[in-house]
Amino acid sequence: MIMLAAVCTPLLAALLVALSGRWPNVRDGFSVLMGLLLWPQVAMLVYMVLAGDTPELSLVKMLPGVDLAFSLEPLGAVFACVATLLWPIATLYSVGYMRGNNEPRQTQFYVCFAIAISATLGIAFSANLLTLFVFYEALTFSTYPLVTHKGDEASRQAGRKYLGILVGTSVCLLLAGILWTHQLAGSGDFTKGGLLPKDLSKAVVGILLALYAFGIGKAALMPFHGWLPAAMVAPTPVSALLHAVAVVKAGVFTVIKVVVYIFGIDLLAGNGGGNWLIYVAGTTTMIASLTALQQDNLKRRLAFSTIGQLAYVVLAVSIFTPAATLGATLHIAGHAFGKITLFFAAGAIYTSAHLTLVSQLDGVGRRMPITLLAFGLGSLSMIGLPPTAGFLSKFYIVMAAAEAEAWFALIALAVSTVLNAAYFLPIVYRAFAKPAPVDARYGEAPWQSVLALSLTAMLTFAMFIQPGPLVDLVRMLIEGL
Amino acid sequence: MAPEMSLISTVQAHLPVLPVVTALVAAPLAMLVRRPAMAWLVATAAAVLLLIFSLMLLPATAAGPLSYAVGGWQPPYGIELRVDRLTVIVLLLISVVAVAAMPYARASALVEIAEDKQHLFYSCLLLCLTGLVGMTVTGDAFNVFVFLEISSLSTYALIGMGRQRRALMAAYRYLILGTLGGTFFLIGIGLLYAMTGTLNMADMAMRLEPVRDSRTVLAATAFITVGLGLKLALFPLHAWLPNAYSYAPSAVTVLIAGCATKVAIYLSLRMHYNVLGVDFTGEGMQLAPMLAIFGLVGLIVCSLVALFENNVKRLLAYSSVAQIGYIVLAISLASNTGLTAGIVHLLNHAVVKAGLFMAVGAMVWRCGSDDLQVLAGIGKRMPITSAAFVVGGLALIGVPLTAGFITKWYLVTAAIEQQAWLLVVAILAASIIALGYIGKIIEVAYFRPSPVGAPVGEASPLMLLSMWSLVLMSVALGVWADGTVTLAGQAADVLLGARR
Repeated sequence: MIMLAAVCTPLLAALLVALSGRWPNVRDGFSVLMGLLLWPQVAMLVYMVLAGDTPELSLVKMLPGVDLAFSLEPLGAVFACVATLLWPIATLYSVGYMRGNNEPRQTQFYVCFAIAISATLGIAFSANLLTLFVFYEALTFSTYPLVTHKGDEASRQAGRKYLGILVGTSVCLLLAGILWTHQLAGSGDFTKGGLLPKDLSKAVVGILLALYAFGIGKAALMPFHGWLPAAMVAPTPVSALLHAVAVVKAGVFTVIKVVVYIFGIDLLAGNGGGNWLIYVAGTTTMIASLTALQQDNLKRRLAFSTIGQLAYVVLAVSIFTPAATLGATLHIAGHAFGKITLFFAAGAIYTSAHLTLVSQLDGVGRRMPITLLAFGLGSLSMIGLPPTAGFLSKFYIVMAAAEAEAWFALIALAVSTVLNAAYFLPIVYRAFAKPAPVDARYGEAPWQSVLALSLTAMLTFAMFIQPGPLVDLVRMLIEGL
Repeated sequence: MAPEMSLISTVQAHLPVLPVVTALVAAPLAMLVRRPAMAWLVATAAAVLLLIFSLMLLPATAAGPLSYAVGGWQPPYGIELRVDRLTVIVLLLISVVAVAAMPYARASALVEIAEDKQHLFYSCLLLCLTGLVGMTVTGDAFNVFVFLEISSLSTYALIGMGRQRRALMAAYRYLILGTLGGTFFLIGIGLLYAMTGTLNMADMAMRLEPVRDSRTVLAATAFITVGLGLKLALFPLHAWLPNAYSYAPSAVTVLIAGCATKVAIYLSLRMHYNVLGVDFTGEGMQLAPMLAIFGLVGLIVCSLVALFENNVKRLLAYSSVAQIGYIVLAISLASNTGLTAGIVHLLNHAVVKAGLFMAVGAMVWRCGSDDLQVLAGIGKRMPITSAAFVVGGLALIGVPLTAGFITKWYLVTAAIEQQAWLLVVAILAASIIALGYIGKIIEVAYFRPSPVGAPVGEASPLMLLSMWSLVLMSVALGVWADGTVTLAGQAADVLLGARR
């Protein structure tokens, strides 16, 4: 029941926001409040999972033999935890951003935002492929109005690309994969150790894995990554929470979930039909990093960085060992805190200084020191240096890759790490070391935004010094494997 | 207490014939009362009764088919009405769409039909329903033809009542092609009668057994297939449909888009599976691959035509032809899953498309034109109607939690079962094209600024009531699909059972 309540809380928030649209303070208060109300619910769920329980709930008998149902296991708990933790912070940030920029249609914005969070939780809780697919599509459609928020020609085109790629891949590939799975296994329930029969041929495993890996367009594996840079036309809070955390993490979460609970790591490791995945993921991470290096638009640079970081997760999971799965899952959290900080900082710079290009950022650090310090911490997390969350997860991934002697993965990780440093550190250097133009007249962004980005920066740091509970949770995931 | 009991038991005893009788009696009644409001009331009452009887038939057929001898003349000599699970589904489809369409018909008739002709309009509507219901319940092949003509003739008149003069041309075109279809069907029945000496469908099926491969029966099959193909707008026999749908009064479009083609599909299922017993998988006539090809090409081609169409009503009309392609594909798979998918889609698409035509009809009525560009900014000018269109559109695309998704789920499953990978690709690709043409309308409706001086204002409450009841039903059919799918599965068993 707590799961249903947790999914409904953001929906209730959407309703309250819609009703109180005329009074901005009340409306935004509701948004943040409902976000905070969600914390204890998810905390309780995580506590239950840590205690060894598997909360289950069947919502509705949708098709003969297939229910719309929830079942929470450690992986879902991690994902739900990350999304829930960041939602009120992002809302707080939005308040500063949306007001600071005088954005139109703010009520619609918060409504869609809340619905998207609800869909995200649905994905995290889903007990079978059908449920996952239902919420996956709900997430796509609820974020479309957010991507096209500006309503001009550019955002309409971006919206077309966004829907086209995400729905196209999910319907043509993912749905086909789901139905094929139903055909092969008789159900779509996520099962410990894998659902599919163990005697599948190499070709079937390879093709089915391709249907999933590319069909889950939200994981932004090349060549289906184009929607992510396109989605950057959205207001920055959307890019921050949805296109750095909720949506894209829903993608890699689904990939891990399918690999672990549908195929089973043993099947994939033994069969060999899925060995190609590591090369696609490795190539994606390197190409994305190279592309990021060439972007002058800050948000686009961050977007390509996200593509690269998502590919880390897929890369890790495609090593097909428990240790690597642990690293992959940790990276969902590890990347989330750092990347949302970076986007928050980018949005803060846009709000107060109206700068969008990297080449304009000379001396920004002197005028917005808190923002840029947070940005620096986020950058370290992306590169994978201490004292940040990114170091922790990357450490686990590298160790697992070395243990499994996955040399290609190691090379890809090394190359992209160097590139990460090459496209993040110059920004920080430019912001602090170079002088600002003489006519620069701006300070920090609105306090809500600064508070939010400081909080996420602290989370990035906190996950490094206190990873205990998170690692415990993830260990429970791989114990069953 | 006794008289009530006897009324109920009388109703129970005559249940199969009551839907036809209700509509048939109501039709002249609507004409006689003359006052538009009264005529509408008669039509609505008839539609509601129709729904009640259909719902009563639902539990009544759970054990097995009901047979009813009209006038007490026993089959195979008298006319037999036969109601099984498949019949009930189609009856429910017709009555649900009819009930939902009635408030809309009132609102649309007020503005689209001259006042002194409105009672005739309702009368024709009821006659059309009589024909549709009759075709569904009858177990007599010639009787099918009679009801087919009743529904067709009234439909020609209804289409001709459209506001534009082009409506007459559309009605005439449909008349020519529809009559051709009806005649072909009759020739087929005549050939079968010559071979078997009976018109009772069950009897006919039995007597056809030994002569199944004779040239006459094959010729009859061909005539019936093409005749019904015209009626159900099977690609490439769909030429009448886009014009008929776009120029008819909007309430008529709703009804024929929802029901007319669906009943023709039902007839095709009934004739091919239960009477002719066409061996879809075997050697004989290669009907299955032929249907599959026409269904497939129709699906893709008409979806693409819809994608580039700039007249919203025609766009939806082409989308209908494409969706018929889905159903034909499902039929051609000739498996339980495939038929289940087809039958579910019969119901789902009727509800979804009727709802969409209502929304678009209201927009067109408000804007005075069915050109896509005129709808710019309609999302702000008619928020409730536009929202209904969005939800209906999502259902047409087949987004999860809507009716369209259920169909897609079973259709693709059926294709995977038979390892028809090309079909899997085509079915999924077509839903992406649907995303394209629905998205095109939504973009114009929500992202283009309204032209200066564009008419503002919601559709009338009656219209909103109608469209939202159907739109919500298309969501309900997608969430609680367990019941409909089980029912459709039983109907598929009825169809396949005859061949076992």
